[in-house]
Amino acid sequence: MKSAVIVFPGSNCDRDAHDALKRVTGQAPAMVWHQDTTLPEGLDFIMIPGGFSYGDYLRCGAMASRSAIMPAVIAHAATGAPILGVCNGFQILAESGLLPGALMRNAGLNFVCEKAPLTVANSNTRFTSAYAGRSDLTIPIAHHDGNYNADEETLERIEGEGQIIFRYGRNPNGSVHDIAGVMNENGNIMGMMPHPERAVDVNHGGTDGLALFESLLGSA
Amino acid sequence: MTQYAEGITAEIVKEHGLSDEEYAIILDRMGRAPNMNELGIFSVMWSEHCSYKSSRLHLGKFPTKGDKVIQGPGENAGVIDIGDGQACVFKMESHNHPSYIEPYQGAATGVGGILRDVFTMGARPIAALNALRFGAHDHPKTRQLVSGVVAGIGGYGNCVGVPTVGGETNFHEGYDGNILVNAMAVGLADADKIFYARGAEAGQPIVYVGSKTGRDGIHGATMASAEFDDESEEKRPTVQVGDPFVEKKLIEACLELMSTDAIAAIQDMGAAGLTSSAIEMADKGGIGIELNMDTVPQRETNMTTYEMMLSESQERMLVIMKPGREDVAMRIFKKWELDVAVIGQTTDTGRMVLNHHGEVVCDMPIAPLADDAPKYDRPHFAPEVRAQISAKDVAKPAHMGNVLLSLMTSPNMASKAWIWNQYDRHVMADTAASSEDPSDAAVVRVHGTDKALAITTDCTPRYCFADPFEGGKQTVAEAWRNLTATGADPIAITDCLNFGNPERPEIMGQFVGCVEGMAEACRALDFPVVSGNVSLYNETNGVAIPPTPAVGAVGLIPNINQRAGFGGMKAGQILLAVGDTRGVMGASLYLRVIEEREDGGSPPVDLAVEKVNGDFVRGQIRSGRVVACHDISDGGLACAAADMALASGIGIKLAHEGDLPMHGFLFGEDQARYLIAADKEDAVAMLQDAKADDIPLMVVGLAGGDAISVNGAHNLDLVKLREAWEGWLPDLMNKVGED
Amino acid sequence: MKARIHVYLKPGVLDPQGAAVAGALHNMGYNEVEAARQGKLIELDLTGDNADAAKARVDEMCAKLLSNPVIESYSIEMS
Repeated sequence: MKSAVIVFPGSNCDRDAHDALKRVTGQAPAMVWHQDTTLPEGLDFIMIPGGFSYGDYLRCGAMASRSAIMPAVIAHAATGAPILGVCNGFQILAESGLLPGALMRNAGLNFVCEKAPLTVANSNTRFTSAYAGRSDLTIPIAHHDGNYNADEETLERIEGEGQIIFRYGRNPNGSVHDIAGVMNENGNIMGMMPHPERAVDVNHGGTDGLALFESLLGSA
Repeated sequence: MTQYAEGITAEIVKEHGLSDEEYAIILDRMGRAPNMNELGIFSVMWSEHCSYKSSRLHLGKFPTKGDKVIQGPGENAGVIDIGDGQACVFKMESHNHPSYIEPYQGAATGVGGILRDVFTMGARPIAALNALRFGAHDHPKTRQLVSGVVAGIGGYGNCVGVPTVGGETNFHEGYDGNILVNAMAVGLADADKIFYARGAEAGQPIVYVGSKTGRDGIHGATMASAEFDDESEEKRPTVQVGDPFVEKKLIEACLELMSTDAIAAIQDMGAAGLTSSAIEMADKGGIGIELNMDTVPQRETNMTTYEMMLSESQERMLVIMKPGREDVAMRIFKKWELDVAVIGQTTDTGRMVLNHHGEVVCDMPIAPLADDAPKYDRPHFAPEVRAQISAKDVAKPAHMGNVLLSLMTSPNMASKAWIWNQYDRHVMADTAASSEDPSDAAVVRVHGTDKALAITTDCTPRYCFADPFEGGKQTVAEAWRNLTATGADPIAITDCLNFGNPERPEIMGQFVGCVEGMAEACRALDFPVVSGNVSLYNETNGVAIPPTPAVGAVGLIPNINQRAGFGGMKAGQILLAVGDTRGVMGASLYLRVIEEREDGGSPPVDLAVEKVNGDFVRGQIRSGRVVACHDISDGGLACAAADMALASGIGIKLAHEGDLPMHGFLFGEDQARYLIAADKEDAVAMLQDAKADDIPLMVVGLAGGDAISVNGAHNLDLVKLREAWEGWLPDLMNKVGED
Repeated sequence: MKARIHVYLKPGVLDPQGAAVAGALHNMGYNEVEAARQGKLIELDLTGDNADAAKARVDEMCAKLLSNPVIESYSIEMS
């Protein structure tokens, strides 16, 4: 599987994303700099990693979502290729309008880092097919602005369409409907606050994130 | 010779913290009276902070060399060899005073500064730790300080993307007026690609990179001088503000530049900013420096040379490039959207010459700034020796379970999850054990290998106050023990020596005693000091902090799969105590919490015993017999057992017999001890090994049930303990309306 | 020319920071505080002298970057 990781100034999970993809796919992803305007040819998958792009200044993900590479990412998304945004990557995708809703300051106001219990709300997607038959996972979270918010109408729609992919077992940030990860209508773009790339190794964070990358590998 | 240059008075010299003798040396070395810029430069370079004038004499007592030491004290950070051509770079530093004044920014810039010390040397920072000491938990300022400091550490470290993996947090009324924020950073580098402040030659360009220079944190003493400038309002000292986003870009840009072979020498701008970074590189290279102040990137208008040279604006570095390679730096730093400018060049004059608006505004010899820096042998005396207190001298409590509950929910022992949940402990995906895990030291894998670093911070100020020498020994020994308990080979330490006013002989006595005790332990345990920092004058209204020589220690775990934590114990497994338990109660947590007194001598530390007991434990861990291992420290064997029970979710039945009073057995703080859990067959094998090696090893209990009990009584229910232990800090921090 | 832009959460969007501010003020005895909303103020220094044209540009900036229409509204003051 040919993949790419988009790197913004302030991204800090880019190496983790790189290593997880390399581990699962056997092929090192291309690292694409935010000032580039084109993506490598023939990409099967794009990952937007976590971190504090542009220092989280203005709004988390706001400036990254307007950076030079994003038109190419949006165009690639339109072809139906899978794109995953994790943590700050989720915020960037939401700010880009590629995903519904917005991520606000945690309800408890503090940064939260913990190994979060999650449930798989929809395993019938290209991101989660390998989780079929599994409901409870533990995947680390680490964020200050993960409080998912959307208006009632949107919530009703994404609930009805099966676009909610992960929910928190114990809501850490005030997200509506305990939402930890959502997908777009087409089913090719997903954003999630938990870090699956930090859960691919027994000596670090467990292995509950592996199936996510395996699902993508299977669908590519 | 005129005594004072125009516009300078005896009063101004005094406000710069320079004594008459020091000023006389300046006059002699300059051959004329210094102007304001030169005076400011002497003042910061000869300050306690930069020159270590009170402490230098004694710091020489530390062992600083060893097989694994690549770079000892004197550079930005220490460097040790961790095999396979790799090196570990680390240092701990205080940011006490700024954190008390402005907790968020003080702590944040403390983290930023220590990270720069590490990546300046070519290492990618891979872990951060913090040793925090606050006043009494119920002191009116404490909660605000805790929340500000913790938010600052998290705000900076989380954004930069370096995991905050460990540390410690204590509360004691001795810190009511002076909190301690000691930040440690650890980095990884190739052993043959370490960058130093030394190495510059004449005729090389000097490049300024990072943030612009503003009027942050300019030398407080001079700011108080109304005579200095009429616009004092505009020039009052401002709090340094950290920008972790710039720091993150600076890390990436510097590491990218370092991969190009274009650097001659590099130094971060920390305390005394441009002054100390320029002078240190010049002095170490035996060269001169010429700067054009007009080209220094400035954040504010009308900045004077004095302000630029003394500014402590954050996230700045000074790089001396190989000639003709400036464009490499330009390209890389512009890519990362950072300020970059060539601001001068090195010379062969041995002088620092500053030009501003077409005039020479400073022209002074560099050597005296380092060579002639004052070095004092301050008078000191050791405190009176205190009598040891043993369990027999202390009234026996009625219910041991209740005592254990009180100890475990006391401010220093209660869970600190409220704090570390605010730190990203997992970024970089190599954290095998952090604050959340039952492990005596943080364990961070060496990226891409099966090796791991074990990292801890330690200090027991109660002991250092009772007996500086034994307390100093104990601090180093406990750090060594914490590394050992994970299965690591301890390698070296960094220190952060926090004390009161060294001009008071009793305080200086604490300092000297602690340093000598630490040095003895470092020698006995082959555990050299490779970097460090001294923070003096931590006192308010004549009340000093307890002596707090914090230690940050690093060890190597050769195989990450052969290590121990203190959780994972299962019913039926045996608990064994390594080391002799005699029931030493002086300066113990028991006395402080239960009897509300802190008298008695510090527990004696037998370093030879420490070494053999530790080597035994490490060997057993690597043999695979050890399920769980925990060092026995504050609160004694019972508190160590309680930690293991909480971490494993299973009770422990302790058994005690013999002459030693039960509370001495449970709560005595004898040193060189560990608590180990093992399967029965393994326990038997260990007992045999111990007998053969003459190591004291004793069965003290059995895992099982849902309570901690002693001889079938004194029950402490685990659910009740967990609720109280986890609840203490959130309850404190979430209290409303009582400030 | 200066533009002052107030960005605030839309009514109905939960504002945890505002709620914390209101709570703290209550604890300090300011019981008359019914609610607090926290927003941000962005000041822009602009070239040019046509206030109407400038305002139209600033409005575009707000829509494109300075606010997130999913959760935020804004107002612009020119001076």
